[in-house]
Amino acid sequence: MSALLSINGLSKSFGAVVVADETSFEVRAGEAVGILGPNGAGKTSLFNLIAGTLRPDAGRIEFADSDITETSAARRCKLGIARSFQVPQPFGGMTVFENALVGATQGADLSGREAESHALTVLQETGLLPKANVRAETLTLLERKRLEMARALSAKPTLLLLDEIAGGLTDAECGALIESIKRIHAGGTTIIWIEHVVHALLAVVQRVIVVDFGRKIAEGEPGRIMESREVKEIYLGVDPDA
Amino acid sequence: MSDPVVSRATRTSRIAVVVALLALIVLAAAPWWAGRADMRLMSEIFLYLSLASLWNLMAGYAGLVSVGQQAFVGFGGYMLFALTVFGGLHPIAAILLAGLLASALSVPIASLIFRLKGAYFAIGTWVVAEVFRLSFAQISALGGGSGSSLPVGIVRSLASSRSGREALTYWLALGAAAVVILSVYLFLRSQRGLALTAIRDSEVAASGLGINIWRTKLEVYVVTSALTAIIGGLIFLQKLRISPDAAFSINDWTAFVIFIVVIGGIGTLEGPIIGTIIFFALREFLADFGTIYLMVLGLVAIIVMLKAPKGVWGLVRDRFDLELFPLSYRVRLDQDRKKT
Ligand SMILES: Nc1ncnc2c1ncn2[C@@H]1O[C@H](COP(=O)(O)OP(=O)(O)OP(=O)(O)O)[C@@H](O)[C@H]1O
Ligand SMILES: [Mg+2]
Repeated sequence: MSALLSINGLSKSFGAVVVADETSFEVRAGEAVGILGPNGAGKTSLFNLIAGTLRPDAGRIEFADSDITETSAARRCKLGIARSFQVPQPFGGMTVFENALVGATQGADLSGREAESHALTVLQETGLLPKANVRAETLTLLERKRLEMARALSAKPTLLLLDEIAGGLTDAECGALIESIKRIHAGGTTIIWIEHVVHALLAVVQRVIVVDFGRKIAEGEPGRIMESREVKEIYLGVDPDA
Repeated sequence: MSDPVVSRATRTSRIAVVVALLALIVLAAAPWWAGRADMRLMSEIFLYLSLASLWNLMAGYAGLVSVGQQAFVGFGGYMLFALTVFGGLHPIAAILLAGLLASALSVPIASLIFRLKGAYFAIGTWVVAEVFRLSFAQISALGGGSGSSLPVGIVRSLASSRSGREALTYWLALGAAAVVILSVYLFLRSQRGLALTAIRDSEVAASGLGINIWRTKLEVYVVTSALTAIIGGLIFLQKLRISPDAAFSINDWTAFVIFIVVIGGIGTLEGPIIGTIIFFALREFLADFGTIYLMVLGLVAIIVMLKAPKGVWGLVRDRFDLELFPLSYRVRLDQDRKKT
């Protein structure tokens, strides 16, 4: 399979804080890739760069064989990239259903009944259907996180970017989330998932990328990566924030 | 499980439509039941309602917090005078053309001030309005700094009798308010309106879902500016006299309008309507107290902003789950149907 997303020498810094340091990697169509790294490593920034919320200082991003480095976030969504925000950004004054309808109409370019039924399907998949008529600002944090995923799905992405959606869930909820993401992946959607809840991540992804200080420090098959020295250092040893 | 059903109208909204239509008929008949002073007051209310609805669309939804819409009110007013006096146009044609000209003018202005963010944007809009005021004060043919009156011949071209003219300007104001509110409603109800509402709530999420923020804002700015100019034309068709200070008054055409929208509930369709009612009730009630009236307005605004940031309509809606204009989608689920 050819690469759906390819990142080449991507760099970005905020003053002295380097969030991406000549990062390069590829994601093939249909893959599920996990991203690991300590707090502040630059994971969310990487998503911002891929989704177009942030412009790189250097490097290139290609998606589906075209250069999207200069493409707007809105256009990237239309091309098939949708993301969830780590810090939820719900359309607070709109109902949960309307949140999903925005993605269905604007991102997926559906209209009328077709858009409505797609929005409903997405709410069903994410377990938000009972909350459909509730204004999003009244949701709890966990529900908002689920809405993030629902809204991203409503845009019918070919590449779905998920940013820490498993934190704080009970075992049963986490299990349901894993099943749900597996179904989405089995449906043909390519997934990149940033997650600190490692066991959930490993239940889904086929490959992991580890980042620290904006640099990719390891990449490969999950089992091998989790045994590597770098990862053990990050997750068991030194706390970079201390 | 059978499929959920999506609908938009609610029982309140159906009642609201009937009430609105009845009110419109009664109001349209005002020349037969209302006095001259009442009709003038009601015209003013309708025109303020229009300005408030437009400012709300621009600031409350598109996030374009302008304090310079008096630029377009004054522009519309001056175009009424210029196009009738020098262009020989009928006043109504002049007012419509003023709207068209304002939309053309708003594009280069937008390309300038859209580069500014937050408070700088607001200041930018005010500077533009001041430039308008100073420029029109230079045009001696329009009376320069002291202004001019609409010539009698042009006033007569509206209708030969005074009562006929008063009825006509009243209907124009009522019609303008009805058209503005209906257009804002239909726009917000459309898919583009859904996108604009998303922008209201989160720009970063909206652009991540495929919405072109800049283009949407530009469209809203151009349309509101054009309609604001038309309302400006109607305002000065009532007044029959114009001067730079009256035409480009930040107090009259922006401060009061912001008050109305904030009190009523910014970012809601109902807010400007409620706000207009409150504003005029306060004004009529406090009319005898002179400048105390302005202080009370300020006090009310501060209290509402502190205690009810979503305005009076926000309070009512949160408490009773009401909606007068059926904008929301309601999903009817299985269990709901069993209950009903
Ligand atoms: N817009 C910004 N301006 C300045 N600094 C920023 C900005 N966005 C992120 N940073 C900084 O960049 C660093 C990386 O942030 P980022 O959110 O990408 O980390 P992360 O890997 O997602 O962390 P976490 O696991 O806590 O979510 C942090 O130090 C953060 O404070
Ligand atoms: Mg993060």
